[in-house]
Amino acid sequence: MDLWNVLEYLAWALSAAFGLHMLYDLWKVDTTYDNELLTSSREGEIELTQERHEI
Amino acid sequence: MSTVTDSAATAQEKRLSLLRVLGPVHVWALGVGIVLVGEYMGWNFSIGKGGMIAGLVAAWVAGLLYTSVAMIDSEVTSTVASAGGQYAQAKHIVGPLMAFNVGLFLVLAYTMLEAGNAITVGFLLDTVAQMQGHTGLNQKPFIILTIMFLAWLNYRGVLVTLNFSFIITAIAFLAIIILFFAVEGGISAIPLDFSAITTEPLPYGWVGILAALHFGLWYYLGIEGTTQAAEEVRSPSRALPYGTMAGIITLVIAATLTWYVCSGLIPWEYLGQAGTPLFDAARVTGSLWLMILLFIGTIFSTLASANGCINDASRAWFSMGRDRYLPTWFGAVHPVYRTPYRAIVFLVPIALVFALGAPLDQVITFSILSGLLGYTFMSFNMIMFRNKWPLKSIKRGYVHPFHPLPAIVLMLLCAATYVAIFLGYGTQLIAMMFYFILVSLWFHFWRYRFVRRGDQFTMPWPRPQGY
Repeated sequence: MDLWNVLEYLAWALSAAFGLHMLYDLWKVDTTYDNELLTSSREGEIELTQERHEI
Repeated sequence: MSTVTDSAATAQEKRLSLLRVLGPVHVWALGVGIVLVGEYMGWNFSIGKGGMIAGLVAAWVAGLLYTSVAMIDSEVTSTVASAGGQYAQAKHIVGPLMAFNVGLFLVLAYTMLEAGNAITVGFLLDTVAQMQGHTGLNQKPFIILTIMFLAWLNYRGVLVTLNFSFIITAIAFLAIIILFFAVEGGISAIPLDFSAITTEPLPYGWVGILAALHFGLWYYLGIEGTTQAAEEVRSPSRALPYGTMAGIITLVIAATLTWYVCSGLIPWEYLGQAGTPLFDAARVTGSLWLMILLFIGTIFSTLASANGCINDASRAWFSMGRDRYLPTWFGAVHPVYRTPYRAIVFLVPIALVFALGAPLDQVITFSILSGLLGYTFMSFNMIMFRNKWPLKSIKRGYVHPFHPLPAIVLMLLCAATYVAIFLGYGTQLIAMMFYFILVSLWFHFWRYRFVRRGDQFTMPWPRPQGY
């Protein structure tokens, strides 16, 4: 087993770690917060607070 | 009455939105980061199709096309400052069906490009392993790690994602500049040789220039991705035009230097088939330091591209979910990181399927086709935008000059590029058109019934002229 074989195993392990971390966090967030809040983002809020399309 | 106002205000306070922390530098990093990989690989097939002159003509003609794209995007996006970029533009200016299609163009173009970049990382590491005497490297774990790590980074926050992109993109761009000055300074073991320009100016005739145009797009493909940051920049009307225009200037410089150095150092017959032309040019110089630098540049440009693609594809998917063009589940914002986390996670397996199961040239071709459909939309979108909302009717962060010339140039160049792509990839072009017709029918006859029609138009603009 040379360095590249070790790197292959390391890449598998890191891939699994990043993937599982995202899935765990997604599950945690989805079970902690109300879906109404999570999907409450609305397009155009910048417009309402910042931009006035008038000349 | 005051109770109603109070509860409305509370609801407003409780709303989650994407985090507005980006500046022009991040917009530059997003645009150039997605594209710069095209300088490191891919553009050189234009030389294989038509010779050295055709390669340069393709670089500059495509540069003209993308300068038009950048100018048009800067004007429209500085006004329609929403995540989703061209999707949100299409929704407000053309209509829902066009927006649905444009959203899919964006997601397909960026997800396919992300998959192509991950495949390239695996290929590059395999090349290095072979140079070190290790044969039979399993590329899959490295391809998967590329996608997983960058998706995780995007999941954790837009600022860290685009700071990362900025650093690696700047290094990759500087590597091209250093290579140019090193070669001009006489470091190369082989001098620059442009004799093929006179001995074989157009080896395949004028049609070679047309065929080369397809690959000339690689120099700039994806610069329009800057618009996806619209909802996360601190000042859309300032940051988006600055970042995008600085990005296209950077790319025109990088494209010209890349053509100059590679064409001067590598015979065009070989250059036209090379997998990593800038790295190969560094190898030709005989300088170990340049080789290492350009290898790092190649890897960094590939990672920056995949990183930006995840950012952009997820914003487009998120926006479509938020408008109910797709299930609303996708329109969620992470309460801590303030990223479209469900869209990011959902697109990971799709990228993995293409990265692990499809050949690189097919993946890239579908990405280019989706991008080209998007550019075609931009040309008539710009004309409709100016017609419906003339200059004095709404405030714009940037007004592009010479209208309607850039839109007409863009449309003509798109038409020429369709011909070029049809010559090489006619089957894929037709298959993709059938796909978009089918999904359009699904959207029109089924999905649109779930859309809250009044809610999707969010810009406080006056009624368009003629309506």
